[in-house]
Amino acid sequence: MSDDRLMVQAEQVRKSFGRTEVLKGIDLAVRPGEVMCVIGPSGSGKSTFLRCINHLEKIDSGRLSVDGHLVGYREKGGVLHELRDREVAAQRRDIGMVFQRFNLFPHMTALENVVEAPMRVRRTAKAAARQRGVELLERVGLGDRAHNYPAQLSGGQQQRVAIARALAMEPRLMLFDEPTSALDPELVGEVLDVMRGLATDGMTMVVVTHEMGFAREVGDTLVFMDDGVVVEAGDPKQVLTDPQHERTRAFLSKVL
Amino acid sequence: MPVRHPGRWVGAAVIAVLVAMFVHMLVTNPVFQWQFMVDNMFSDPVLTGARTTVIMTILAMVLGVLLGVVIAVLRLSPNPVLSGVSWAYVWFFRAIPRLVLLFFVASLGALYATYDIGFPFDTQLMDLFGFSADLRFLSLDGNQIFKGFLAGLIGLTLSEAAYMAEIVRAGIQSVDPGQTEAAAALGMGRGQIMRRIVLPQAMRVIIPPTGNETIAMLKDTSLLIAVPVTSELNFQLRAIGSRTFQVIPLAVASILWYVALSSVLMAGQYFLERRFSRGVGNRETRAQRAARRADQVGTA
Ligand SMILES: Nc1ncnc2c1ncn2[C@@H]1O[C@H](COP(=O)(O)OP(=O)(O)O)[C@@H](O)[C@H]1O
Ligand SMILES: [Mg+2]
Repeated sequence: MSDDRLMVQAEQVRKSFGRTEVLKGIDLAVRPGEVMCVIGPSGSGKSTFLRCINHLEKIDSGRLSVDGHLVGYREKGGVLHELRDREVAAQRRDIGMVFQRFNLFPHMTALENVVEAPMRVRRTAKAAARQRGVELLERVGLGDRAHNYPAQLSGGQQQRVAIARALAMEPRLMLFDEPTSALDPELVGEVLDVMRGLATDGMTMVVVTHEMGFAREVGDTLVFMDDGVVVEAGDPKQVLTDPQHERTRAFLSKVL
Repeated sequence: MPVRHPGRWVGAAVIAVLVAMFVHMLVTNPVFQWQFMVDNMFSDPVLTGARTTVIMTILAMVLGVLLGVVIAVLRLSPNPVLSGVSWAYVWFFRAIPRLVLLFFVASLGALYATYDIGFPFDTQLMDLFGFSADLRFLSLDGNQIFKGFLAGLIGLTLSEAAYMAEIVRAGIQSVDPGQTEAAAALGMGRGQIMRRIVLPQAMRVIIPPTGNETIAMLKDTSLLIAVPVTSELNFQLRAIGSRTFQVIPLAVASILWYVALSSVLMAGQYFLERRFSRGVGNRETRAQRAARRADQVGTA
């Protein structure tokens, strides 16, 4: 049974690479407008879970739905049918993703990066797409960088362009995979500020991060994952100050 | 005191003397027949030959690149049949010398008198149902297709596609997989990702060896003598050489023609490489520089 009021619903999601099981039955739910932060040691499956949400990885069992629709499958008479490439692509349009290593298109300027998907995928007219693109770049504080190539921008600026690029598809859900981990410390703040603004505007977000300050301040829920399972989930202040599980305590004592 | 390099001066002197001797030999040895060479080098059949050579090079490269891209994409396909066929194609055509392949293509006219295009195994299938008929739409005379220009073009294209497939594959694989993921996450389809994101970035890796391939192709058109393609440059120059018994001047003319044509290609390669290094490093592009100057003028 899936709840239509949930933006993301994961039930017993499992995923293996070869013989190693990386996700061992994940149950999580994200409400519309909620900001969920996910923490956990390296290799615990955080990225894999995020990638399952927009079907960059296929789950092996369990159910995963976004906005009431199963990810990558269609249910017909109790049987799951795999969606075709084109239908998977259509599902991804409504889910924005921001990567640790930015993954901007290096052969395109900042503005071209932002307008590419609206023009090619949504078939937005060029003038409208560019106008919207400039607005988005202004929103992330880069109105004057529209014609720079990624290599001419700092890491923080590149990540903000990447956020604008994802927003250009007007997603209902944004996924962030350690968006500030590849940045020099002094550039982290500018990216977190943009994300804080998004949260204030009501965007539903799932954020894998090591920024405990951000998780405490902006997050509605904090999830601690370890070794492919959700160990603990709850109010960020509660989890950070009074963790219920030994594994959470051990992890937090190392990072705080 | 500047550092002295006596070795360099001695070396330079020796080379200068050798060059002077060589030029002296070129000018004084009557075998070269310079005036005769110049007269023949730009005669009508030779100019036509140069045109044929250029057209053949362009066509064989364009078709070879297109076929090569298809083979490279098939090679990277998750379908093992498609990637296997593509692997076998590359293996086979890279193993054959072009000259041998051209001889073979030229002889295909003798294999079947006509080449029919139609339903596969049509007569066998019709037999099965008790008819004696065929399902063919088009019948081509083998001696006509596998002759001259077309035979040469087929041979060179098939060979070139194998080399280009390897070059394109290396280019595609040089692109960070994160690029494909980012594009997929935006909802772009597989074809769009290949055309808009991966291939343009692969170009930087693909273009330099493709330039070399083009120059090699220009030179390999001289192998068309195996077909033969009688209108081609080398064939024409050799024909004049043997007709007039002036082999050396025409051989030199041949060298000069290929040097000139190759040089044009090398210059083109330089500009293409610059064009496709856009966004690499933080060099300002021409459009950006223009925009910045316009801004400065505006504020001054
Ligand atoms: N494509 C893949 N193939 C094989 N193993 C993978 C792949 N992606 C991730 N893994 C493995 O899955 C585990 C979880 O990885 P990941 O989800 O990236 O963890 P996290 O993001 O929490 O650091 C790691 O042990 C990693 O090596
Ligand atoms: Mg990760």
